[in-house]
Amino acid sequence: MNAAPIHLAGERLMLDPAGVLHWPARRTLVVADLHLEKGSAFAAAGRFLPPYDTRETLSRLALLLRRWQPARIIALGDSFHDRHGASRLPPAELETLTRMLAGVEMLWVLGNHDPEPPEGLPGQAAEEVRDGPLVFRHQAQPPASRFAAPAGAEISGHFHPKATMPTRAGGVTRPCFVVDGRRAVLPAFGAYTGGLDARDPAIAGLFPRGARLFLLGRERLYSMPA
Amino acid sequence: MGTLPEPFVAWFAARGWTPRPHQLALLRAAEAGQSALLVAPTGGGKTLAGFLPSLVDLARSPRAGLHTLYISPLKALAVDIARNLMAPVEEMGLPIRIETRTGDTPQNRRARQRADPPNLLLTTPESLALLLAQPEADEFFAGLGAVVVDEIHALAGTKRGDQLALCLARLGRLAPGARRVGLSATVAHPEPLRAFLSPSGAPEAVRLVQVRGGAAPELSITLPEGRLPWGGHMGLASMPEVYRRIREARVTIVFVNTRAQAELCFQALWRLNEDGLSIALHHGSLTVEQRRKVEAAMAAGKLRAVVATASLDLGIDWGDVDQVIQVGAPKGVARLLQRVGRANHRMDEPSRAVLVPANRFEVIECTAALEAVRHEELDGDLPRPGGLDVLAQHILAMACHAPFHPDELYDEVRRAAPYAELSRRDFDDVLGFVENGGYALRVYERFRKLFRDAEGMVHVRDQRVARQLKMNLGTIVETPLVKVRLRGGPVLGEVEEWFISTLVAGDCFIFAGQTLRFEALDGVSAVVSRGGEGEPRVPAYAGARMPLSTWLAARVREIIHDPRKWRLLPAPVRDWLRLQQHRSMLPPKDGLLIETFPRGGRWFLVAYCFEGRLAHQTLGMLVTKRMERLGYGPLGYLATDYILAAWSAFEPTEVAPLFEEDILGEDLEEWMAESSMLRRTFRNIATIAGLIEKNHPGQEKRPRQMTMNADLIYDVLRKHEPDHILLRATRQEAAGGLTDVARIGLLLARARGRIIHRSLDRVSPLAVPALIEEGREWVAGGAEEALLAEAAALVEEATDGADIFSELLADVTEGVRIRPRDVDKPRHREGRPRHSRFIRNAPKSLGRA
Repeated sequence: MNAAPIHLAGERLMLDPAGVLHWPARRTLVVADLHLEKGSAFAAAGRFLPPYDTRETLSRLALLLRRWQPARIIALGDSFHDRHGASRLPPAELETLTRMLAGVEMLWVLGNHDPEPPEGLPGQAAEEVRDGPLVFRHQAQPPASRFAAPAGAEISGHFHPKATMPTRAGGVTRPCFVVDGRRAVLPAFGAYTGGLDARDPAIAGLFPRGARLFLLGRERLYSMPA
Repeated sequence: MGTLPEPFVAWFAARGWTPRPHQLALLRAAEAGQSALLVAPTGGGKTLAGFLPSLVDLARSPRAGLHTLYISPLKALAVDIARNLMAPVEEMGLPIRIETRTGDTPQNRRARQRADPPNLLLTTPESLALLLAQPEADEFFAGLGAVVVDEIHALAGTKRGDQLALCLARLGRLAPGARRVGLSATVAHPEPLRAFLSPSGAPEAVRLVQVRGGAAPELSITLPEGRLPWGGHMGLASMPEVYRRIREARVTIVFVNTRAQAELCFQALWRLNEDGLSIALHHGSLTVEQRRKVEAAMAAGKLRAVVATASLDLGIDWGDVDQVIQVGAPKGVARLLQRVGRANHRMDEPSRAVLVPANRFEVIECTAALEAVRHEELDGDLPRPGGLDVLAQHILAMACHAPFHPDELYDEVRRAAPYAELSRRDFDDVLGFVENGGYALRVYERFRKLFRDAEGMVHVRDQRVARQLKMNLGTIVETPLVKVRLRGGPVLGEVEEWFISTLVAGDCFIFAGQTLRFEALDGVSAVVSRGGEGEPRVPAYAGARMPLSTWLAARVREIIHDPRKWRLLPAPVRDWLRLQQHRSMLPPKDGLLIETFPRGGRWFLVAYCFEGRLAHQTLGMLVTKRMERLGYGPLGYLATDYILAAWSAFEPTEVAPLFEEDILGEDLEEWMAESSMLRRTFRNIATIAGLIEKNHPGQEKRPRQMTMNADLIYDVLRKHEPDHILLRATRQEAAGGLTDVARIGLLLARARGRIIHRSLDRVSPLAVPALIEEGREWVAGGAEEALLAEAAALVEEATDGADIFSELLADVTEGVRIRPRDVDKPRHREGRPRHSRFIRNAPKSLGRA
């Protein structure tokens, strides 16, 4: 497994091919859009999706906790698919999650799907998290005037970026990181999270001077310009 | 008995007609209260034969209420037939009300029809399913006397057919006295159609009326002038010849096999069209309005030719069509005859048709098809078990209609022929899925859609469930589509989303008969403008190509194997086969010829199986899996209708183990599960079964959609509950009971001990067409990663690793420090790499300092 190092606001950050970001200096693992209990949210609306998405998402996350051994986890919002998601966690999954978070500082950034802190789970909730030159929030703030470049950099989720890389056998579509010198948008991590094309104005508009895409691969990231 | 009453005799006489024997035979069957299947060639007065007993009955004893239900696979056909029936009914002054009911029928008329049904209702399988889901269905259908199923051969064996069969079984309960009439084109196996139609599922209950003969069609093959193409399926080299024939005939239908081919042939014909002949285009991706316009122009005699796909296989009669041209191989004899029958819709005059093969193999295939028609031998698929996804939809629909007992519904469902063998376990699991998902992890109990009362009756939870069902009913699953809209103009049609995702602004492609330039994605549509420069691409559609029928495949193999039959073939094809004999050998009749040869730094393995593309595709998965295990490093494979080609990093020295029968057992399950084919199958099943919804009540189409990807659901379900009913249904549809795996089994059995391996130093003549074929499959997983790595490396190469603003790059990528002036002087200014897409993406500052 090869993580790709990037530099944002002077900080060295590692992009993990599994779709998370690690900040070695602060032993912080950043993950976006877990959308836990999306399956049961759909079931409530009459679509019986397999009820295993939370289990799957957590088992993938557990692997990354072993890999990076973080002291702190920042979940960039939409950690649950809806505001009642946490209360629908099946007992086994609730136990798994609680166990995973033991001994780790957990920061729940609130998102549009989960505007309230998750009930009965460890950790702190916040609209955004600032640490050194970095700010972590759910949805990226549109760029201000190009002359008033803010100091620092922003790490966010929300958009579920994906991209298609043309190959000689046709396009291969994968979730991706979108990065420029000032911000990074993380791909969605949840097992049932679809994607939005990084060329969509909602994403591309955040990067007026172009961006780099890092498509997720099995062992490494594949990079191309946006 | 079996004779016509007065107003009908006079009506026939006034036209100088006499009732045809099969029309009277159907009348006799009806008077005996018996169901009947009429198999007749086009132009035999089939539709009138189907309706005549109902008209006679209603003329004798007029009454209110629904008498006859007519079901057609096409909305347009139902509307057209209704119009055609009005004429005799009005001319004879019969007291009969005829109406249609389709997805286009306005809400108020539907409501009126429910309260006061017409005597004859013409509809589609989907509209029938909706009617049956309503609580009032009992009264509505109680007096039903007859059900007429038109073009039954086109419905049986499909998911729409499964749905119709289930609906017929329900009608059998609501109106046990209703007799059934099936109308079919000439088919190889009428027995399964009889069973399909039968109220009990047994074919004997349905009287078979077969009309033989009609004038034999006049068929010929035409080759392009000049060189005969080695590969390709488009047939563009023959367009001058096609154009000449259009000019010489009154009205021509040019049938092609795919929408992409339709676009290309249409453009090619217009480039040749010096006489300004009115030539139109008709395929399933064009907007309905556009298709209706073409059909109307055709009916009005305003067109000289229309280039069409299967979208015109069925449908309205155009008496004036005097020539059918089939471009590309026909793939099946029954299909060919169906298309040929679109010309000259009168039984006593021969239809004229020309076959235009696109490559050398297709010449042989066309020759084989011609032989088959001459000997009046037909092919056709045998019935397959009904889809469990369709059953899920039906169970929910039945619950919406009225509470049911599972035992009774199970018995009813098995009276539908496709479900005659349905196991109680499958039925119960499908029911469980509809109720609450049916997962081993029982967490959806409180979201149940169905609940059971103390007597064991199953009820639907509430009206919301019923509304949801109605919005998603039907078995036609479209791949995600994107509308194509002219900037500031109309919508031209729809293309598959993945195709649009491969375009960048400025790319051009051919669609709706014009060259368009892609500008941008605007929410749900692709904005385009007319014109554009550069080589245009053509949207392809997944699964668009028909596989070769088994039967025709055998004939092709026979012709190739037997040099005495070569006299049927044109000289270039004969020469080609002789060259193969000389360089390698001809594929033997019973054994399996396998060639291996090096080419372009890889090893190719070509197996001459002749089992059709779908079977070869599955076989390709299995063979490459085995190659991987034997350490040959397979990279990819390609399946045509005739051969399987696989390529690998190392020489496959031992080929026999690759084609042993045990590859079907151990590898199939594991390997297929990963395949794109199975994922496609799952997506369709999940959609039809109601897991993924097409429409949601009250939901508006948001411009930006984060689409729920069926692949994600598939992966999670496969990992956590591999035996769930939806996965069983997926496997059943993809493998068990499907002809393709059976075909592979037969092939491997045939080849056992008779594999002939030719190790060549270069490609053989017979292998060439395959190697220039499109539509390669990549070995799952590993190859996709390799391709991404290659593409990512190409980006770097094309841009000297500096494909983005230099200051940003320095910021973003560790360890690469690039000063602006390095970036402005790329080393490879000449000789752009072939993948110029990457260049176009790069910032303008590059190389322009």
